[in-house]
Amino acid sequence: MSVTREEVAKIASLARIRMGEDALDRMVPELNNILDWVEQLSEVDTSGVEPMTAVISNSLRLRDDVVDAIPETAGGRREDVLANAPVAEHGFFGVPKVIE
Amino acid sequence: MVSTYRIQGATGEWEVVIGLEVHAQVTSNAKLFSGASTEFGAEPNTQVSLVDAAMPGMLPVPNRECIRQAVRTGMAIEAQINKYSRFDRKNYFYADLPQGYQISQLYHPIVGEGQLLIDADEKAGIPEDKVIGIERIHIEQDAGKLMHDQHPTMSYVDLNRCGVALMEIVSRPDMTSPAEAGAYVRKLRSILRYVGSCDGNMEEGSMRADVNVSVRKVGDSELGTRTETKNVNSVRFVMQVIEHEANRQVDLIEDGGKVVQETRLFDVASGTTRSMRSKEDAHDYRYFPDPDLLPLELEDDFLADCRSSLPELPDAKRRRYETELGLTPYNARELTAEVETFARFETLLSAAALRIGKPEAEVATQVANWALSVAPGVLKSLGAEADPAHASAGAQAAILAMQDKGEISGGQAKEIYEIVLKTGRDPEEIADTEGLKQVSDTGAIETAIDDILANNQDKVEQYKGGKDKLFGFFVGQTMKAMQGKANPAVVNQILKDKLG
Amino acid sequence: MTDLTELGIKAIREGVANGDFTAREVAEGFNAAVAAASELNAFIVATPDHALAAADAVDTKRAKGDDLGTMGGVPIGMKDLFATKGVQTTAASHILEGFEPQYESTVSQNLWDAGAGMLGKLNLDQFAMGSSNETSYFGNVVSPWRKSNGANTDMSPGGSSGGSAASVAARIVPAATGTDTGGSIRQPAAFAGITGIKPTYGRCSRWGVVAFASSLDQAGPMARSVEDCAIMLEAMAGFDPKDATSLKMEVPNWEAGLNADLKGKKIGIPKEYRMDGTDAEILESWEQGKEWLRDAGAEIVDISLPHTKYALPAYYIIAPAEASSNLARYDGVRYGLRDLPEGSGLQDMYAATRAAGFGDEVKRRVLIGTYVLSAGFYDAYYTQAQKIRTLVAQDFEKAWSQCDAILAPTTPTASFPLGSLSDDPLTMYLNDVFAVPASLAGLPAISVPAMLNSDGLPLGLQIIGKPFDEQGVLNAGLAMQQRANFDAQPEKWW
Ligand SMILES: [Mg+2]
Ligand SMILES: [Zn+2]
Repeated sequence: MSVTREEVAKIASLARIRMGEDALDRMVPELNNILDWVEQLSEVDTSGVEPMTAVISNSLRLRDDVVDAIPETAGGRREDVLANAPVAEHGFFGVPKVIE
Repeated sequence: MVSTYRIQGATGEWEVVIGLEVHAQVTSNAKLFSGASTEFGAEPNTQVSLVDAAMPGMLPVPNRECIRQAVRTGMAIEAQINKYSRFDRKNYFYADLPQGYQISQLYHPIVGEGQLLIDADEKAGIPEDKVIGIERIHIEQDAGKLMHDQHPTMSYVDLNRCGVALMEIVSRPDMTSPAEAGAYVRKLRSILRYVGSCDGNMEEGSMRADVNVSVRKVGDSELGTRTETKNVNSVRFVMQVIEHEANRQVDLIEDGGKVVQETRLFDVASGTTRSMRSKEDAHDYRYFPDPDLLPLELEDDFLADCRSSLPELPDAKRRRYETELGLTPYNARELTAEVETFARFETLLSAAALRIGKPEAEVATQVANWALSVAPGVLKSLGAEADPAHASAGAQAAILAMQDKGEISGGQAKEIYEIVLKTGRDPEEIADTEGLKQVSDTGAIETAIDDILANNQDKVEQYKGGKDKLFGFFVGQTMKAMQGKANPAVVNQILKDKLG
Repeated sequence: MTDLTELGIKAIREGVANGDFTAREVAEGFNAAVAAASELNAFIVATPDHALAAADAVDTKRAKGDDLGTMGGVPIGMKDLFATKGVQTTAASHILEGFEPQYESTVSQNLWDAGAGMLGKLNLDQFAMGSSNETSYFGNVVSPWRKSNGANTDMSPGGSSGGSAASVAARIVPAATGTDTGGSIRQPAAFAGITGIKPTYGRCSRWGVVAFASSLDQAGPMARSVEDCAIMLEAMAGFDPKDATSLKMEVPNWEAGLNADLKGKKIGIPKEYRMDGTDAEILESWEQGKEWLRDAGAEIVDISLPHTKYALPAYYIIAPAEASSNLARYDGVRYGLRDLPEGSGLQDMYAATRAAGFGDEVKRRVLIGTYVLSAGFYDAYYTQAQKIRTLVAQDFEKAWSQCDAILAPTTPTASFPLGSLSDDPLTMYLNDVFAVPASLAGLPAISVPAMLNSDGLPLGLQIIGKPFDEQGVLNAGLAMQQRANFDAQPEKWW
């Protein structure tokens, strides 16, 4: 399977990576090389095989319903949450205006 | 039974097909995957953990209570509970979604097929009870909130809601009128509140519906193209959206246009919907199992605990009220519709039964009438004069007990309750000091009756001659003589004795 | 006094505990070595004060007679994929330049709790994507090793933990943290002539580690010996309630359990690892490895891992798929770079920010990952790859009925000159062909230096173990280390 220039442009837009014409020119053959290579997986008969879910047998651990039980994953730390924000005003993150 | 709801178009009659995806906030202290609080109304970004803000290297750990509540909800709609489920990532870019994906469940939801019964309501156009299929319930994260009106060129992002646990309850497209959809949402809300898995507070956004609407010509079996109107947050709005969308789609098709499968937004002010451009290109969500989370496997004792902690549910309670308490179907339905109503009723019923000294079944009808019509009537007539805090079960039970013993009449019960609501005074003390008691003293009644019989010899003869109807006359005269305060049962008994 | 930078973890810990030297002297020695090695470009930022503060704390404890911790007085290098509180954490990407986490990763915190200090944040392939350390926004890391032919060509330290490997090999740190998603500890360890172990998936918490591919990422130590790896892994590992995939198991005392006597052990030799294109000297070293293990008392048995060939292509679907989603959070809203072209809206901001912030290799993988998850392709690519991952894991499970551990080369070639493969992504990916199967199966695996090749460059051998059997892996590694007597060091040119 190979991807066209248009498809790569569409994937890039889905991935929110702006790509100029030059970048697309370079990327299309590279992606096709990789996709051609992974294509060999289709030769493996995987009927009846379950896709991997947990690599090491382990069950999903659940936590108790306690607010701020662990300091590192607690709320109430707005300063920390906003500390690295490119734009933070009045306790909010600022982004270019969105029209819904 | 086919609904009678129709859209009258230029080319003929159309019917509408409705499916609802209800997002219900799970009642929990902490968020689904972080320890931050879920409390409503906090200052922006104060209930946000590093996990919710999707800082690099942050990981989700699921909250057991949220899982438990989803399972209990599934059990309440008699759904299949999936012992194996998984969390998937739904990938899209938006400023209210810090991770760039929502953790949800697409491929293996925790709850499968279930159902919900909506009750007949002639007036609303629901001729008989109807079962609405529920396809699934899955657990997912809520998103944050964008504020668009605080700055001329910027939107502000508040992540407080981000990561709060939601149940998405997806119905089958089984509803065919706005009334059915309204009844469905109300019934679902009632069940969630019975179970305690969601507070059902639609104003605070604890419950909101994505409304899927399509139309087709009456008799067509194929479904039309649907639109999805997002985040509708009241029963009335849900019904408005359906009305509007159905008519819009019919007009569109009849004018030679085509319905586009799209996401729409409801505008409360105008009561109309419009296309939501901002989510236009987000159709390829690239769902895949969240590699930060292992499959969720539910143990048998966890399930047993979920089941044993389920309360009696609305339908079962209603049946029991009818069969065991002997209530009318109407009263049973009214009393079981809301958690508060049945809770108040059951508290009062047990207090009254205890006070009266009879089994609950024997006093239930009296208590139900009191709870559904008498007490609310009094409360309403008083308006602001009433202090609802005084409406204790104990006080009401005392009034009901006096009435049951014949110490007070129905009218006196209301009068006493009025005073209770205004002042909080003790009902028995009110009856005594305010003279609001029936006379059961046989001496006084007998004297009055003797007088009446003596003054109406002719009627006594007629009665004895077979004119039974005159009994009511004697009762009336006696009550009049006693200024309405005589115990009717005592009056009846003495009259019967005297008249032979 | 000996040059303290010549010492590894164990020697430093013991020297400090015995009072032969102070932790501060050690930290000062390494701080100076780091400062003098800028030509290697191994560090993105140096944190000499952190190292000194930790050292002083240890010296104070010693004065009071308190326990110094299993890493007491040992300064280390921290791969810049671990969030370190108040210290810039970038994953070697422009998109995170200037980002100062307000939190400390569990693994780094565990190390500080054990008495270690931080010399600085180590360079790596951007978002750990790469096998040569040529994808960092902060420039290539240069291996301290050079070919013996005197050509002075800059060589690759391997990747993605290239800064870690280079700094340990150059003796500017006694040890460093690494992370391994598809070989990123073992391959650079092999290139740099040092030892590195990736533990069983779930042994080390991923909390606070910038995610590349969540189902594969595992942290581990990179050091100068098997013993040092055992000590450091013990300090790094442990159950973490903040990571839902963390193993709820006691951390064994691996250091105390070290035993190079392999009597009764069976070591499997997978025939599928004898691949076309594998360097003859690598195959020779593999033969040598068998001899060493036999000499240590092990029985060598032939085994088959039939799906080996498919592991690498499956990895190049699974890892990019997870990465495409894991990297969606770098959007210019909450931290890091924001590129907001004049008059652009939110979605344009995302696209501009990510275009400016991500390097080419990251973009390549995000695009591949986006593609294989997209509508219509998901089953053909992602589901099929995850099924093959199951088959790869089953191959290992079957092997465990025949052997206790597996011996294989770590890499198909020795280090190569920087720039020689950088325009050929596919050939670059093949570097990890021997490392990836154990990653897909979540197994513990170590790379131990075996010998120098005819160019004077190190070659590594890999031991892959059963789940949770880090001890078995370390022990087989120790047996080889004792017999290889690898004491070669790069000649100092920086
Ligand atoms: Mg929806
Ligand atoms: Zn949803």
